Amino acid sequence: MTLDRRRLADHTAGWGFAAPAVILIGVFGLVPVVWSIVLSFQHTDLTSPGTFAGGDNYAKLVADPLFWDAARRTLGYVVLFVPITLVLALPIAVMLNQKIRGVVFYRLAVSVPLVTSTVATGIMFSWLANPQFGLVNAALDAVGLPKQGFFTDPGQALFAVVAMTVWGWLGFAVIIYLAALQNVPKDLLEASSLDGCGRARSFWHVELPLVAPATGFLLVWLTINGLQLFDAVYVTTKGGPLRATTVLVYHLYNEAFVSFDGGYAAAIGCAVFLIIGVFTLAQLRFNRRTSHYEVR
Amino acid sequence: MRRPSVLHLILFPLSVVMVTPLVWMLLVSVSTQAESRRFPPGLPSGIEWENYLAAMRDAPLGSWLVNSFVVSVVCVAGNLLLCSLAGYAFARIPFFGNRVAFVLMLATLMVPFQIVMLPLLIMMRSLGLIDTLGALIAPNLATAFGVFLMRQFFTTLPRELEEAARIDGASRLRTLLQVLLPLMRPTLATLAVLTFLQTWNDFLWPLIAVQSPDVMTVQLGLQSFQGAHTTNWPKLMAGTVLSQLPVLLVFFFAQRFFVRSVAAAGIK
Repeated sequence: MTLDRRRLADHTAGWGFAAPAVILIGVFGLVPVVWSIVLSFQHTDLTSPGTFAGGDNYAKLVADPLFWDAARRTLGYVVLFVPITLVLALPIAVMLNQKIRGVVFYRLAVSVPLVTSTVATGIMFSWLANPQFGLVNAALDAVGLPKQGFFTDPGQALFAVVAMTVWGWLGFAVIIYLAALQNVPKDLLEASSLDGCGRARSFWHVELPLVAPATGFLLVWLTINGLQLFDAVYVTTKGGPLRATTVLVYHLYNEAFVSFDGGYAAAIGCAVFLIIGVFTLAQLRFNRRTSHYEVR
Repeated sequence: MRRPSVLHLILFPLSVVMVTPLVWMLLVSVSTQAESRRFPPGLPSGIEWENYLAAMRDAPLGSWLVNSFVVSVVCVAGNLLLCSLAGYAFARIPFFGNRVAFVLMLATLMVPFQIVMLPLLIMMRSLGLIDTLGALIAPNLATAFGVFLMRQFFTTLPRELEEAARIDGASRLRTLLQVLLPLMRPTLATLAVLTFLQTWNDFLWPLIAVQSPDVMTVQLGLQSFQGAHTTNWPKLMAGTVLSQLPVLLVFFFAQRFFVRSVAAAGIK
């Protein structure tokens, strides 16, 4: 009897504690997912009640060249953004992990973009990359190269967005790598140097495998964020010029809030969700295969 | 004496590249219009404070900052309270359906915001919250990430602590508030910093949930300011500096702590 009463008390206490958060997350995080799937089978402008559309929105999606263009651009962006960030971050983290003078200043410099909002970043980069009087063009001019359009040039705009977002995310990747490097046991490095490993070899054979979990995490995290690129485009190019930076989520935004085709926007959302899901699962599986080491 | 490391040859230029955008923003914000529109760009000859006054005159920067502050602080408070309660329950109390609830909650972490935002907009409209700060607060009051973070840390605390308090006759709530939470200050601070940054810098949701200038957050306001002042760079930069000042100040004073938070949240 007492045991049962104890259990009942657990149930009520447990739910009493968990309910506020669980209900909020359920209502604002879980219900909308199902609702979005429902919306994707409707014709709706998101203001008035929708009508059943069957598979119309998905048929439109398959036939929409703008969707496929946006998907290709998004993929192109991710394929540049993620590897560049990773390849820059690891050596920087290794250098910042050394005991040298001024390392605090260097760490500060690398991580300050983390707290700079995307809007502020966009404004700063629009000025730096300004075709008429921007600093980057001044640098090009100084070495005798012609001025470039950057955000205003359809052939360069997506690359300018890549550069800007790498600047914004580099600090995050460096911090994650630094934390992982600081967990590498010192005696392992000492052992490898006693065995005659040079600095480069012990990095390649000891540190790199040991930070593989961090690489795996960053790969997933940066890819998910890259596939959801929106803010950086909105504040610099608004998807232009000539749709050169209209990535998937920007296309979704256009359909929902410029064309008022909420059902189609929801279908694009579901497609983005699917792409992110497939990428994440594939990378997680790949990570599990490649990282056998764990440092606790 | 130690010889200076050769790494400075790489790290110094790198740092210059990383801080240049911010430094140049400061420089342009105190330049005159003419100085900001010459090629090649150079240092301003004097300090033009007038840009800051003009930015504050032209835009309700003050009320945007207040809006952002209100939204961020309320969300931080909500997350600290609700995520602690729920995290404790999931870590320690064997209640009916706890596993299902926890897994479903974690599943929301995988969902991109773009799929949630359209129904969320309809919900906010029917709740009458659209174009109010409430629309910005409600969906961020408790986050699955926060519950997960708190639960992870509660599971690392020794059970003896709370058992001792319980035997002394303290209720669960009192045990949580008076015995456990004081031990978790670093975790709570991590959650607070991350929630604050996220709500302060949020852009897409305010963009679609809020239209009136007087309910805009500072990010949204700044974006509309940018649209209106594309030709007056010094004024625009002054507005940008003002909008970033609060987070930059917090960052400079709490840099170590902040870096630890990001690393903890990322790796856990």
